[in-house]
Amino acid sequence: MSALKNLTAEYALRIGDTSLVLGQRLGEWCGHGPILEEDIALTNISLDLIGQARAFLTYAGELEGRGRTEDDLAFQRDERDFRNNLMVEQPNGDYAHTMLRQFFVSAFHYYFFSELCKSKDTTLAALAEKSLKEVTYHLRHSSEWIIRFGDGTPESNLRMLEAIDTLYRFTGDMFASNDIDNELLKAGIAVDMTVVYANWMKKVESVFAQATLTVPKDCFMITGGIKGIHSEHLGHLLSEMQVLPRSFPGVEW
Amino acid sequence: MQAISEQEREAQFQAKIDRGEIIEAKDWMPERYRKQLIRMMSQHAHSEVVGMLPEGNWITRAPSLRRKAVLLAKVQDEGGHGLYIYCGTETLGISREQMLDDLLSGKAKYSSIFNYPTLTWADIGAIGWLVDGAAIINQTALAKCSYGPYARAMVRICKEENFHHKQGYEILATLMRGTAEQKAMAQDAMNRWWWPSLMMFGPSDANSPNSDELMRWKVKRYSNDELRTRFVDRTVPQAENIGLKVPDADLKYNEQTRSYEFGEINWEEFFNVIKGNGICNKERLMARKKAHAEGAWVREAAEAYAKKKATKNAAA
Amino acid sequence: MSSQWPLWEVFTQKRSGLPFEHAGSVHAPDKELALQNARDVYSRRNEATCIWVVPSEMIVSSTPDDMGSFFEPSNDKIYRHPNFYKTPGANFE
Repeated sequence: MSALKNLTAEYALRIGDTSLVLGQRLGEWCGHGPILEEDIALTNISLDLIGQARAFLTYAGELEGRGRTEDDLAFQRDERDFRNNLMVEQPNGDYAHTMLRQFFVSAFHYYFFSELCKSKDTTLAALAEKSLKEVTYHLRHSSEWIIRFGDGTPESNLRMLEAIDTLYRFTGDMFASNDIDNELLKAGIAVDMTVVYANWMKKVESVFAQATLTVPKDCFMITGGIKGIHSEHLGHLLSEMQVLPRSFPGVEW
Repeated sequence: MQAISEQEREAQFQAKIDRGEIIEAKDWMPERYRKQLIRMMSQHAHSEVVGMLPEGNWITRAPSLRRKAVLLAKVQDEGGHGLYIYCGTETLGISREQMLDDLLSGKAKYSSIFNYPTLTWADIGAIGWLVDGAAIINQTALAKCSYGPYARAMVRICKEENFHHKQGYEILATLMRGTAEQKAMAQDAMNRWWWPSLMMFGPSDANSPNSDELMRWKVKRYSNDELRTRFVDRTVPQAENIGLKVPDADLKYNEQTRSYEFGEINWEEFFNVIKGNGICNKERLMARKKAHAEGAWVREAAEAYAKKKATKNAAA
Repeated sequence: MSSQWPLWEVFTQKRSGLPFEHAGSVHAPDKELALQNARDVYSRRNEATCIWVVPSEMIVSSTPDDMGSFFEPSNDKIYRHPNFYKTPGANFE
């Protein structure tokens, strides 16, 4: 039982870290968006993600039972201990990169949380249900932009192609699984990533078709997030995010 | 309708304002009223949007997830407020694009306070508490102004801005309960933001060129000095409540007027920052220019797609 | 290309059953994004259960010059209001 608890903690950590890192990335856009309306929209997404991070990290801390809070987990762990996928830590780049990353992750989130709603872990299921409502909108929002960029101007189309070239190779890491998934899947707690992947691919193909874009074939997938093997970008993101709690240990903010 | 002279129209307009009636977008108004409102409202909108930058500077470094969410929501609100006011200004017959051009070319101004840097986390507290505190006093007065679209935007903004003010105070209160380093951080922020906050109400009544006209039109309902005093009266006890010292040796309470008297504002600094000599004037405008320029292809793509789709729908 | 995206007027309904109220406006290139922008700008605090967006140029408004001929004639028709009538002793509450 306790073993299962530890595995579930690790599982919640992955979900929380993924939302946290993407929320942090989107926060970088606040005040710098391409038009005021979109600036506001993107911040709404960032806020949803930070909210998810808080909920899943809090739950991970409870399961772990070492008294660590959401903030301990967010601010006091090092790069190697972060379990987010490689996609979310990629830099914002231009708006095509940001939106494509958002679309890939939101589509993943949508099918992932749809499955997780059925989890036998009732807390995970409840958190998934709440998150699902949020990511449904994220997916709608980012899909609209992918279609407009793909089928907009020659420049926006070119920018999309460049973004696909940079980011598609990290899509595989969103669906990466290991023994933890297998154990939790047997217990009815985790999600079957092959199901999530199949649904995700259908959605990506459909939106890309509307956007006059092609899904890359035979792309080598770079993975490592669930083992804490990240791209170099994550360290910089964390050093910025964690600077205050690390500089002034043990104080209240 | 009888033809009436411009003078008679202006007299009718003034009578309407004197009766306390509200002017709406399609009503006749003196050209000067329209111009003054465009100047004031666009300056206000620009201030909201440029004001996102100093606080945005700490979003990625907020020290807890709760603080991060609050700050994100707050900075986003400033964007929303800018948007409400831009839309209100557009009712006067100027496009947002034109207003942006005026901002980016330096023709239009924004509040000078945002040309000061945010150097520590305590500055986020100071901005929320002092800068938004001052803004709320200004905006509460403007919610009663004679131009309907402006007044309505202010009502909405005042409602939303209350949490900004409180969250800033909460940040400083938390720091003042903390370690010696945290207390010093809070006091340092107080020292740097106090005087610029007082400057937010604008020059003294004697040196405020537009004031008379704006008061007569009930765009402004109170003088700069009145509002500034209101702010000081409200804020000093809040500072004392958490042990922050107001950096003004001349500050004293006048029992008779039941109001604070305070030292002379450094107007030279004020006009210098307005002229562009603040630490961050250049960076703030550069950031807005960069966002606008780099967003151009995004806006164009959406426009092109909308056109394609409209053509397709028309053909179908 | 590109001056700016067209303006849309936003109307929100706080709860079902209540009338739609003008909330403000947004810029958007088409109706889908207009609806999304309206959602993101005008329902950040749970202010809406339904949103309408209308291209601003499609709104037809009476003008201040119409005021007299449009609205004054209804001013003296007090018989349209229930308190015009005397109903001694009967309870109409």
